[in-house]
Amino acid sequence: MKFLRELLDKQKPMFEKGGKLEKFYYAFEAGETFLFTPNHTAGIKGAQVKDAIDLKRMMITVVIAMIPCLLFGIYNTGHQHFLATGQTAGLWEDFGGKMLIGLQLVLPIVIVAYAAGGLVEAVFAVIRKHPINEGFLVTGMLIPLVVPATIPLWQVALATIFAVVIAKEVFGGTGMNILNVAMTARAFLYFAYPAQISGDTVWTYLGDQAVVDGFSGATALAVAYTAGVEGEAVTSALAAHNTAIGAGLFEFGNLFMGWIPGSIGETSTLMALVGAAILVATGVASWKIIVGGFAGAYIMGALMNLLAVNEYMAMPAEYHWVMGGLAFGVVFMATDPVSAAQTEIGKWIYGIMIGVLTVIIRVSNPAYPEGIMLAVLFMNVFAPLIDHYVVKANKTRRLQRATV
Amino acid sequence: MDLFNLAIKSIFIDNMVFAYFLGMCSFLAVSKKVSTALGLGAAVIFVLTVTAPANWLLNEFILKEGALVWLGESFAEIDLSFLRFIMFIAIIAAMVQLVEMIVEKFAPALYGALGIFLPLIAVNCAILGGSLFMATRDYTLAEAGVYGFGSGVGFFLAIVALAAIREKLKYSNVPNGLKGLGITMLITGLMGIAFMSFMGIDL
Repeated sequence: MKFLRELLDKQKPMFEKGGKLEKFYYAFEAGETFLFTPNHTAGIKGAQVKDAIDLKRMMITVVIAMIPCLLFGIYNTGHQHFLATGQTAGLWEDFGGKMLIGLQLVLPIVIVAYAAGGLVEAVFAVIRKHPINEGFLVTGMLIPLVVPATIPLWQVALATIFAVVIAKEVFGGTGMNILNVAMTARAFLYFAYPAQISGDTVWTYLGDQAVVDGFSGATALAVAYTAGVEGEAVTSALAAHNTAIGAGLFEFGNLFMGWIPGSIGETSTLMALVGAAILVATGVASWKIIVGGFAGAYIMGALMNLLAVNEYMAMPAEYHWVMGGLAFGVVFMATDPVSAAQTEIGKWIYGIMIGVLTVIIRVSNPAYPEGIMLAVLFMNVFAPLIDHYVVKANKTRRLQRATV
Repeated sequence: MDLFNLAIKSIFIDNMVFAYFLGMCSFLAVSKKVSTALGLGAAVIFVLTVTAPANWLLNEFILKEGALVWLGESFAEIDLSFLRFIMFIAIIAAMVQLVEMIVEKFAPALYGALGIFLPLIAVNCAILGGSLFMATRDYTLAEAGVYGFGSGVGFFLAIVALAAIREKLKYSNVPNGLKGLGITMLITGLMGIAFMSFMGIDL
């Protein structure tokens, strides 16, 4: 440690004002503060931080919270491949082989997202003279987790660059954006290259191997929607789906665990909840948004049960929690402290509306089987308005109390 | 139920701003502050709600092919629909004049803040668009009213949300070249992506 410190101290003058490499000060600073907690204190102006945690530690906490999802995703990618090609049926059989396939597919996506995002971040840091933030570590991890394992790498790079530039850097970098950066990247991919990120065939990596007879790569959401249209009970349609590769693929317990096809990191509700526990315990994410999101989805699902115009509406509301990316989105996307509502009451409204909108889009919009992505973006757009009115209501209330 | 569906459809799915990109000029120009945006949004709701049914009557009894039949059999051949644009605009301009007088009388501060954009509602494409869509889609009188109101609410929501975002943007560090309208255009595009969530819903 001491050796590192001395090395950094030796190099520092070169990057400081007047030094040879002055231009690259922020690149140097990023490395330095990544290794050591910066020793500067807040000035008289601006926010007074009374905690050892700074932006960098906070972002790293989010990355740590995502690791369970990532590891699960890697293993599940291999597992789904083995299931679809009928190699081994047992969950833990051939652990190494599954991990290897998963790593082969997922690692390049993570590396590409990090490289592309980091490059843009560094270029903007040098040009616009703002510090490099660990924000891109979070974004660069979130993007791989919300795309299918079969996605072409150039698309990952393109989406990352688009999102970092258009959704973040034009607003001035970390902490100043309006929309969640990772969700913008996914929405960009979804609307620009729908063939590689939607449908029934992209979720499972097959390689050049033949699939098992009767295999279908559809996700639980697609199966549920089709069942709703065809007037078949959704739970039994889910249970009967894909018996060719083992019964009960889409039963509640399995959906909760996440051994299902889907985007890399979003399949497992359990792992998202582990991440949520880390985020809430460390105080990084707001539990109000998470609880609100789950509650909103359940309330809307229950309301639809009452209406029950078609079979999808009659589906037990708790299935909405475990299908698709609701859990992952609510835990990691909705809680983004920058694009979420800032006021405490606002967080409740924001979270609940995300859950409600997700279920509405899932059930009623034939264009999108999954609603969480657009629900988060939609509420990001309205978060400033919610805050505006919460603050205003607060002011009015306090003015009434004040007697002049 | 149909009317309710139509209202939802015109507010979210066929949103004037994000689905048709109509009314962009006032949308971009009067969205700096939430309070002003609120005033303009309310004015647009009012004007659209009044002009859509008014233009419906005009269209149904004067302009449409064969609409003049109530004057006598010999008028059944006449088709005045080529006058649609100018007649619709005339009605809209009259309504806007009315709104202007009301606002000036009862909310002089808002009148000052809206400035030139209040009379310019007369040529706001969202409003003319509302009337023209109403005419081409063969709505009934009640539907025209609901459609006008819904489109107005859609515009209102969009402009107020943009204004809140732009107020928050004061804390951002936007590059010099993009300050003002540039970044607003980008935000409009991003908001358009978010509003895609409703497109495709079939009510």
